[in-house]
Amino acid sequence: MDFLAHHILSVVLFTPLVGALLLLFVPRERDAVHRIVGNLFGALGFLVSLPLLRWFKPGWGGFQFEETADWIPSIGAKYHLGIDGISLLLVMLTTFLGMIAILSSWSAIKLRQKEYYILLLLLQVGMIGVFVSLDFFLFYVFWEVMLVPMYFLIGVWGSDRRLYAAIKFFLYTLAGSVVMLLAILALYFYAPVEPGATRTFDIPTLLAAAQTFTDPLKVWLFWGFFFAFAIKVPMFPFHTWLPDAHTEAPTAGSVILAGVLLKMGTYGFIRFSLPLLPADTAMRAKIIHIVIFLSLVGIIYGAIVCLMQKDMKRLIAYSSVSHLGFCTLGIFALNPNGLAGSVLQQINHGISTGALFLIVGVLYERRHTRLISEFGGLATPMPNFAAIYLIVSLSSLGMPLLNGFIGEFTILQGAFQVSKAWAAWGSLGVVLGAAYLLWLYQRVMFGPVTQFANEELPDLNLREYATLVPLVILAFWIGIYPKPFFALIDKPVQEIVHRVNPDFYKAEHANLAAPELQASRVQVK
Amino acid sequence: MTPSGYFLDHLWMIPLFPLVSAALMLFFGKQLPKAGVNVFCVGSVGLSFIYALGAVLQLLAADPEHRVAQQIMFEWLTPGPMQMTGGHLVRFVADWGLLLDPLSCVMVLVVTGVGFLIHVYSAGYMAHEGGYYRFFGYMNLFMFAMLTLVLANNLLLMFVGWEGVGLCSYLLIGFYFLKKSASDAGKKAFIVNRIGDAGFLLGLLLTAVTLGTIRFTSLGLPEAGGYSGILQSLEAAVHAGTLGYGAHVLTAIGLLLFVGAAGKSAQIPLYVWLPDAMEGPTPVSALIHAATMVTAGVYMVVRMNAVYQLAPFALDVIAVVGAVTAIFAASMALVQNDIKKVLAYSTISQLGYMFMALGVGAFAAGIFHLMTHAFFKALLFLGAGSVIHAMSGEQDLRKMGGLWSKIPKTATTFLIATLAICGAPPFAGFFSKDEILGNSFDRYRSLWFVGFITAGMTAFYMFRLFFLAFSGYSRADEHVEKHIHESPPSMTVPLMVLAGLSIVGGWIGWPGSLGGENRFERFLEPVLAGAVSETGAVKIAHHAKATEYLLMLLSISIAGAGIWLAYEFYRSKRIAPELLAEKWPRAYQLLLHKYYVDEIYDALIVNRVKDLSTLFGLFDAKVIDGVGVNGAGWLARFGSRVSMWWDKWVIDGLLNFGAKFLQLLSFPVRLLQSGMFSSYAMVILIGLVVLLAYYGHHMQTLLRGVH
Repeated sequence: MDFLAHHILSVVLFTPLVGALLLLFVPRERDAVHRIVGNLFGALGFLVSLPLLRWFKPGWGGFQFEETADWIPSIGAKYHLGIDGISLLLVMLTTFLGMIAILSSWSAIKLRQKEYYILLLLLQVGMIGVFVSLDFFLFYVFWEVMLVPMYFLIGVWGSDRRLYAAIKFFLYTLAGSVVMLLAILALYFYAPVEPGATRTFDIPTLLAAAQTFTDPLKVWLFWGFFFAFAIKVPMFPFHTWLPDAHTEAPTAGSVILAGVLLKMGTYGFIRFSLPLLPADTAMRAKIIHIVIFLSLVGIIYGAIVCLMQKDMKRLIAYSSVSHLGFCTLGIFALNPNGLAGSVLQQINHGISTGALFLIVGVLYERRHTRLISEFGGLATPMPNFAAIYLIVSLSSLGMPLLNGFIGEFTILQGAFQVSKAWAAWGSLGVVLGAAYLLWLYQRVMFGPVTQFANEELPDLNLREYATLVPLVILAFWIGIYPKPFFALIDKPVQEIVHRVNPDFYKAEHANLAAPELQASRVQVK
Repeated sequence: MTPSGYFLDHLWMIPLFPLVSAALMLFFGKQLPKAGVNVFCVGSVGLSFIYALGAVLQLLAADPEHRVAQQIMFEWLTPGPMQMTGGHLVRFVADWGLLLDPLSCVMVLVVTGVGFLIHVYSAGYMAHEGGYYRFFGYMNLFMFAMLTLVLANNLLLMFVGWEGVGLCSYLLIGFYFLKKSASDAGKKAFIVNRIGDAGFLLGLLLTAVTLGTIRFTSLGLPEAGGYSGILQSLEAAVHAGTLGYGAHVLTAIGLLLFVGAAGKSAQIPLYVWLPDAMEGPTPVSALIHAATMVTAGVYMVVRMNAVYQLAPFALDVIAVVGAVTAIFAASMALVQNDIKKVLAYSTISQLGYMFMALGVGAFAAGIFHLMTHAFFKALLFLGAGSVIHAMSGEQDLRKMGGLWSKIPKTATTFLIATLAICGAPPFAGFFSKDEILGNSFDRYRSLWFVGFITAGMTAFYMFRLFFLAFSGYSRADEHVEKHIHESPPSMTVPLMVLAGLSIVGGWIGWPGSLGGENRFERFLEPVLAGAVSETGAVKIAHHAKATEYLLMLLSISIAGAGIWLAYEFYRSKRIAPELLAEKWPRAYQLLLHKYYVDEIYDALIVNRVKDLSTLFGLFDAKVIDGVGVNGAGWLARFGSRVSMWWDKWVIDGLLNFGAKFLQLLSFPVRLLQSGMFSSYAMVILIGLVVLLAYYGHHMQTLLRGVH
């Protein structure tokens, strides 16, 4: 127990790896064993991450559950893990969605199951690693590690244009990460160091050191990191890998891609890009304006492109561009509302879009097509599916009392405090969100059944319920009682705003309940 | 004395009853028998009504100035500190809290009362429909959302209800989802409403950053809690001089919120969804699209009256939009042949009336008309439903006629409602409409005139409908004719109750000029006091009694004129409406096609957005992927070709050149190395000879030396 308490992050990180190693020893023909072991370790991965929630202290600043060990002493690379409230939520999202994604593959994957489950588990390791690393070297290793399983998942188990999509995904991401590597090295070499001491890759140290850099250097570093993250998010105009990758990937791949992988970009923005913003107001404003402009374009552009899509998955992929635009908008509003909303919206997007991809997966398994025109009237043969799909759509389009609204509203609130125009453009995305999601729903679910093949489609089975219902419950939870989630990220958000936008807290606290207000009321009367 | 009591402590139960029942229906409804569905769904709304009534009575026990009860269940949205416009920080909180004051009293009673009657009616109306449990599940969910909307103690929670009713409206309009027109109408309603919602949200945010809070009032909350409300903040700001009458930011708030109201309450330019919404089952039209949901915009504006009273320009905009909507919608109602469409346009028109009232600052009159309208319009829709029920689903007025004696209960109650909407004294509509017209007369004569003409049109189209449906000979098909029957008591009893309310419902606001004391207005007064009592806020100078009588007389006579005209057209048939249509074909077509507004919106907005979508899609494929990604790919390939070429011709070329050069150099040498022994022997011999010849004399010296 004591060991677990001290090495909880390592346990969370490497549990899927243990599963992957175990699977290596299972004979190839034993498909059922691969499935079961894969699922067991998916579930186990989530279970071992649960103590994080229990032991995490929301009130504490800085990082918790830290673990440090020497790794490559000659260059100062360490095995350094730790999380704050933001990464905690993202880790939980990863383990949770990972479990669901693995479960969703049960009957969908028939080919090379051994490799499939091994790769999925390795992907988990890579993703968790990115969120828990506090050492740039380690971070970069995980960042690249997770690329490889995803490449194979798309390239081997994808649909018709899988090779094109896999290579596009790989090259796009790699191009970004190479620039990031340069930026990391620049950070490493420019950071001041005691004479005689080894340099360090330690993230908190380097980011603190970066505060002493000159503004032009910071700007260079900012853009270096920016490209890697903007491609990952993806922001307009670096987004075209996403529709291809999402569409071609198998269901589990799409769930993970949309649910977790994209969040690495936004996580990177919060963790690394914000501290690198230059202090000079004019330079900073220029950067912010560019990034916000791209976010707003992404929100509206992504939403509008959705309207012309003929492929369900492609439509949902483009909706991700729009939703992630909200996330970046919130981040670069640089105030607590925007940041908190953005973090929550990242989680929400994982839940809603993950569920949407599962829903397409349900249909794909039955009909082996994703074309919208192949469906219509499915509410008649699949009433329960219709209900869940409706809830998920509503959660994605920001219906109050479901999760999406909380994130979008808080982000808009953050943006509004900086610029009313930003919020106004953002709210246009909310309008369009309703249009494309409801139109999609109408074309797929409503009306008479148009195709013979759809007439007898079976409703959800038990396993499909098991993948969708937890997401729906979570969507309601965040929508109705988001307070615990806000409580988790309150402190880190406060720390970030203190560091990158200290002016914010310089403003006085207005005391609305001040006695003089009560007095004034009496006087007016 | 602060109000208290069991029902006030359990305000949260009012929306909870229908929510629980809705959840029950949507999860387990399929297994329940119809009677069970009825017990839960109708019963839960009945319980809500009882709890609402109890709470209102307990509130009434307090003195007028203390009639506020507020209850905060929990803090719902807490995203941390927010920066106000002035730079101050506040802790932003949206709580899950309920507010009962005279204004929400009126609303909560209308919603639960009329809602209950419509639920009873639905049990009869929907008895033979499939998806019974689903229908009632949605209806109950609607009640939950609507009650949340009217009881919310802050703008954001109100928005929850606001969106919730929109969702239920979407679901219920599209209840017959097999019909494309139904699901289209639902979608249209939702999306058009979303446009309004964007305005609502921005108005909400502007309120938040301007006033630091979105709670309506801090009255009724414990003093020490650090609570404040919009009303108190506004007072403080006015007192401190930071905000005042006509402040731009208040105008902006007012206008943005009104965009939301225009969406929900179907005002120009966002009214287009409401006529289509008639695709839903008729009780839905009665509950959602006549009595409750569509009045949410009116309620919201009145709720925010403290802001509006300081924003005269916003009020003027509301007044003009309301008046124009009133007459515009009435003109379309003149020629509709679908019984529900006539009522739909009439609803839009009446909502326009309400907004006109708000726009001239007569908030109480607006709410008064909201209430009476809820009674008689619900009755009209339910009556229309009863007619449709009797006519085996027929909705076309041209195929009706002569129903008066066949379905007498429906016909009588329908006549009462028709008289009420026309403003015939002493029916409910007379008092509320008169109140609105009187107030507009004082503020803007032109608005009064528009309202006055609209009143005449209203009387005309309503009696046109009445005569077409109930009088004369039946024009129905034979098999329909045979089945015409009066509806069951579950449907007719609600009709009768609503008919009673349509008669007496207006007496509560019996005006002073007729010997009453307008208790309704006095009851609402504490809510409408505004943030500043004495300063220049919109005030209505009370006109002389003589004017008041004259106005009353005028509105009664124009209603009479409208009724008379309808009589001549459709009852006595002394004038044929067809002749008019032939005489002015353009005007008739224009009205019949609803001014082609749907077509114009399609051409200007909907299709343009679709074009844009195609364009952006192409941009992704051709420019970003085509030029950017493929371009990068092409560049990479080009680069690889260049380096291939470089390797082949330059690097390898240099190497080869060196080799060739050496080869060339070695050419003579290579000639010698023929590999043939005889030629080697020959060369050796020649060499020897040359050597000997050259060194001959040395050789001789050498040889001599030896000797």
